[in-house]
Amino acid sequence: MFYPTAGQFKTSYQADHALFPVRQDAILLGVIAVLAFVVFPLTANEFTFRALLIPVLIYSLAALGLNILTGYAGQLSLGTGAFMGVGAYACYKLVSIFPEMNIVVAIALSGFFSAAIGVIFGLPSLRIKGFYLAIATLAAQFFLVWLFQKWGWLYNYNASGAIQVPNIDLFGITVAGPRATAVAQYYFVLCTVCVITLFAINITRGRIGRMWKAVRDMDIAAELVGINLMRAKLTAFFVSSYIVGIAGALFVFLWRGAAEANLFDIPLSFRVLFIAIIGGLGSVLGNYLGAILIVALPVIISTVPEAFGLPIGSATVEHLNVMIIGALIITFLIVEPHGLARFWAVIREKFILWPFPH
Amino acid sequence: MDILNGILVKPFADMAAAPDFLLQVLWEGLVGGVLYALIALGFVLIYKSSRIFNFAQGIMVVFAALTLVGLYEKGLPAFIALPLTLVVMLVLAMTIERVVLRPLVNQPDIILFMATIGITLFLIGFGELIFGGENKVMITEQLMIPTGSFVFELFGGFVSIEQKDLTAVVGAVLLVAGLLVFLNKSKIGRAIRALGDDHQAALSVGISLSTIWVIVWFIAGVIALATGIVWGARAGVSFALEVIAFKALPVLMLGGLESVMGAIIGGLAIGILEKVFEIYWGQPLLGGNTEAWFAYMLALLVLLFRPQGLFGEKIIERV
Repeated sequence: MFYPTAGQFKTSYQADHALFPVRQDAILLGVIAVLAFVVFPLTANEFTFRALLIPVLIYSLAALGLNILTGYAGQLSLGTGAFMGVGAYACYKLVSIFPEMNIVVAIALSGFFSAAIGVIFGLPSLRIKGFYLAIATLAAQFFLVWLFQKWGWLYNYNASGAIQVPNIDLFGITVAGPRATAVAQYYFVLCTVCVITLFAINITRGRIGRMWKAVRDMDIAAELVGINLMRAKLTAFFVSSYIVGIAGALFVFLWRGAAEANLFDIPLSFRVLFIAIIGGLGSVLGNYLGAILIVALPVIISTVPEAFGLPIGSATVEHLNVMIIGALIITFLIVEPHGLARFWAVIREKFILWPFPH
Repeated sequence: MDILNGILVKPFADMAAAPDFLLQVLWEGLVGGVLYALIALGFVLIYKSSRIFNFAQGIMVVFAALTLVGLYEKGLPAFIALPLTLVVMLVLAMTIERVVLRPLVNQPDIILFMATIGITLFLIGFGELIFGGENKVMITEQLMIPTGSFVFELFGGFVSIEQKDLTAVVGAVLLVAGLLVFLNKSKIGRAIRALGDDHQAALSVGISLSTIWVIVWFIAGVIALATGIVWGARAGVSFALEVIAFKALPVLMLGGLESVMGAIIGGLAIGILEKVFEIYWGQPLLGGNTEAWFAYMLALLVLLFRPQGLFGEKIIERV
């Protein structure tokens, strides 16, 4: 009724394999794109940009990177935060060594650094599996954060040990640094996220994506049907770390403005993992839904007592916040272990069939 | 040459030059290792009986210690606070089993792992809400743990051993011995091991899954309390303790996820090696604080040669 898919016939193989075989999906996406590109920038204020819109986009990008590795290729990673750090520090070094470099090029290049590091720490995945592999990525997590602290060259021997983003212009508009406006940063992040999402959707639909899924479902069987395990796993680590690295560069350059090494510590990794799992492993859409939930939730929870005029101290709110998020994670896992993406799929199915039950 | 000298020769020369200092370092490492082993033991017990990778073990340590100190501060004497804390841990185990684990039976490992991270977050918020986030002092004297230190004169220098560390080591050995006897000789212990081998077979001979899970989580809680007391006596009770959970992970990997023996040996090995590495290689050559990652790198190295850890069950793969 709301989502009538009947009558949309596919007459060619091409049409059946289109990005949006169902017309309503394309319309829905169009509406969301209009919202994101036109309505939000016109209506949102500085706080909404900085506290909600930009972080949602950046976290969903990071979760997308992780999801390619964990959801599509089945390799559990707990080191996402550190790989984001590699992207951020690489971008910082590129910008400070070549100040003339275009910021887009710098961010695109910094992804390759984290991709290279990702492949190095992905090498053990050829021998180690499951939770044992999680330790290899945790090794990356702790080692890299330690390196960010101890290796002065990375932060140009600052006394503070932190990296500061300078003012950077793109086509005459400041997009990074203290002078940048939130709208410009929002558009920059939004465009990057759109391009990478398109890339991710297509790579997971194609030959490489199928190779990853085969390895995820059963790696020995995949090997028996002629998939090169080493190539499959390492490309997954490469693509995943590349996207995560770019998310890290955006994280510092377009949102935080400055970063210390411990920003990339284990809580960040877990945050991204939460987003990927609550959103739904093995889905692209899920990352966005998960990021919206995880980023928006603390903001909403902290405004609730004010709205009702309850006299609760800010420290108490903080503690309640952590508690509620923990409880919600458990609730979501129990209600829908396959994540919000599956939730949406169920709702969509209901819409298609409505008003009939089957 | 200087670098090679710094890596290969100088540390050993230092060790030989000051054997009393080396002994002191080894002792400190051993005590740290005992604590890692205790935490890893909590992990192993839960993993063996339910295949759950329990990330919440670290926060359970903090929570148990906080409850003990919090109850004491409320005015209860130590000999009442201690059993009361055990009751709290039992209630916690039952709640976790009922609210979190039972609805998630048969879910993939990663979902259960995430659920334990959810438990961790919940307990962090809950603990801070009730007991406050500030650092607390463990009630060492009230629990009748001696606090002095023995000083031995050796090799022309001296080695000092704190009595509470010695108590910790002795206590841990007793706890582990008791646990091994319980697991191998008692009826419940055998049920736990049966459940670890095969859930369905265990259920079909009449072992109750939920009862055993409560018992296992309670035992993990008791171990957490012991760890909390010992570690709290050394470093105070605060949420910073939670990070020692991350130290237990490489211990598990090194020893193998299913092996009680592996957890103990892995813990001791990592405790000692990371201390020695930090003192003789880390501080002079790498700028210190190598303890943050050394255990992981060591575990990674071992895993490359033995993917199931030193004492883990051989991984047999079938298609």
